[in-house]
Amino acid sequence: MTLPGLARASLANRRSAVALTVATIAISIALLVLVEQMRGQLREGFYRSVSGTDLIVGAPTAPIQLLLYSVFGLGNPTSNVTWTSYRDIATRPAVGWTIPISLGDAHAGFRVIGTTDAMLDHYRYAGRQALEVAHGAWFDDLYDVVIGARVARAQDYAVGDRIVLAHGGGNISLQGHDDQPFTVRGVLAPTGTPVDQSLYISLEAHTAIHIGWESGRAQLGALLTPEQARARVAALTPSEITAFFVGLKTRAAVFALQYEINQQYDREALLAVLPGIALQELWRITGLAEQILRVVAGLVVLAGLMGMLTALLTTLNERRREMAILRACGARPWQIATLLLLEAAWITALGIVFGLVLATTAQVALAPWLLERFGVAVSLAWPSMWQWLVLAAIWAMGVVIALVPAAMVYRRTLADGMQVRQ
Amino acid sequence: MNPAQSAATSQPLLSIRALRYTWSGDAMPVINGLELDVEAGQRVFLAGASGSGKSTLLALIGGLLAPDSGSIHFAGTDLGALSGSARDRFRADHLGVIFQQFNLMPWLSAVANVRLGCQFSRQRRHHAGDAERAAHELLSAMGLAEDRWNRRADELSVGQQQRVAAARALIGQPDLVLADEPTSALDVDHRDTFVDLLFEQARRAGSAILFVSHDRSLAPRFDMTRELGEINAGSMA
Repeated sequence: MTLPGLARASLANRRSAVALTVATIAISIALLVLVEQMRGQLREGFYRSVSGTDLIVGAPTAPIQLLLYSVFGLGNPTSNVTWTSYRDIATRPAVGWTIPISLGDAHAGFRVIGTTDAMLDHYRYAGRQALEVAHGAWFDDLYDVVIGARVARAQDYAVGDRIVLAHGGGNISLQGHDDQPFTVRGVLAPTGTPVDQSLYISLEAHTAIHIGWESGRAQLGALLTPEQARARVAALTPSEITAFFVGLKTRAAVFALQYEINQQYDREALLAVLPGIALQELWRITGLAEQILRVVAGLVVLAGLMGMLTALLTTLNERRREMAILRACGARPWQIATLLLLEAAWITALGIVFGLVLATTAQVALAPWLLERFGVAVSLAWPSMWQWLVLAAIWAMGVVIALVPAAMVYRRTLADGMQVRQ
Repeated sequence: MNPAQSAATSQPLLSIRALRYTWSGDAMPVINGLELDVEAGQRVFLAGASGSGKSTLLALIGGLLAPDSGSIHFAGTDLGALSGSARDRFRADHLGVIFQQFNLMPWLSAVANVRLGCQFSRQRRHHAGDAERAAHELLSAMGLAEDRWNRRADELSVGQQQRVAAARALIGQPDLVLADEPTSALDVDHRDTFVDLLFEQARRAGSAILFVSHDRSLAPRFDMTRELGEINAGSMA
């Protein structure tokens, strides 16, 4: 039996204690890997949604806030952009396309977004992918609604279903637009972005259902009937929108246009943000928390390795006789010390493997929740080269830590010789 | 078949001259001027009460201790001239060891324990050939029932454990088997059978036996008997 074989047999003999040690290390490794993976995946997931947009323009607020409410449906807009300003910027020569959005309504907890055909034509996510209508078609009639994949799945809606929108963005709304029901015209293909959890109607529809709501609540008598609304579609152009996305003809013009909107626009105060930079800013804020998580995870790994050290040290006495037997068989002290290093190498390696399995399982379990909560799709990712290096370093550290019991065994073995008198 | 036997020298296998060893902290040497020769293939009974320095002598022959003075030559090699690590290798190559008890790794099977005997020596692995088969043959020859071969060592009876230990000491045909009270834990019947089997297998392997015991009733079965008290002045002091 070779030294590695002996080490394995020795571990197998103490399998319950070893299993506990491995479990401790596995949990610590899982934490470390999970923190790193989620960090990377979340960033990528958020970036997915804005990768095709050059600028987001809205009422003045904090750049991160504008980004969060306009793209991710987190938080609420404070103010609007006038239609004339929107049209003014949209018709600039540098501007390739714009997508206006009007927020404020919800259906079953999902956001209802008033927009135009531009959403279908120009919105891009994850490396320039366009939206795709999986079933049915994009909205055409005033009371058509196009729903995201997740909305369709959660509510079990299909093309042709009639739904009622609720006023306000919450999960539960006491006031609804019951008088003006919508028909599901199309269902979008899944994107792994907040689009999946949104419902899209035309800007005109958004305007129509809010006539009579100027005071913040429905005034009976002032509301339109669907027939009235259809009759005056031309007059339903909104006077305000919540925000709009801008795509430029050449990306190089982005800073000039941003500067112009933020600093020189005199019709009204507006805020233009580069989504990538706003995200960077968000990551700077969350960065400290991430650092703390990393440090904590690192310390937990250290605690796991210390647990292994303790476990190995407590076995030294019961091993004394075994070591003497090996000596009698001609084993040299360094070979006996190597046995301990091999055992530590096995334990750490098993801990890392099970830790990776645990982290992967946790990721799979967490993914639906993240998608639901933030509209961010996290996919299973193989750890990066850098993470492999960290894991290799942890493995090496486990072996290095085992030098302590190995050195003790080495000295004791020399002193004990072939026989231990008890 | 045994290199030591076939060597055309008149040199004994083991030759100990004027050996002295004092445990640190002790005033008197425990081994004092000990002289002993063991020929290749010879069976030597070394009689002595406990505390007479038996185990110290075996540790010196095994190369685990270095003598204060005097010499141990083994098959022409001066153990005193070897480094600690070279003595370990020497022990692995040339010696098989059996103690009174605690001979086996409790969590290894009988067969794995026997194979351990040639694990740390290329020479003995070479002699053993197919180690698994050599272990089977020895266990079978030592009278261990086949259904015990793959049992954990700590599931075997004391008598069975000693047979496994003897098989391990003999695998790969070592030049000398050091046996330190190997029968003290056995009853008389088992003791005699054990010694018979050990002799038979040592003869087949061509191994000499240095058998240390206080039980002088075994002495007549050996080629030569030495009283530790007579050859070692230290134990008389």
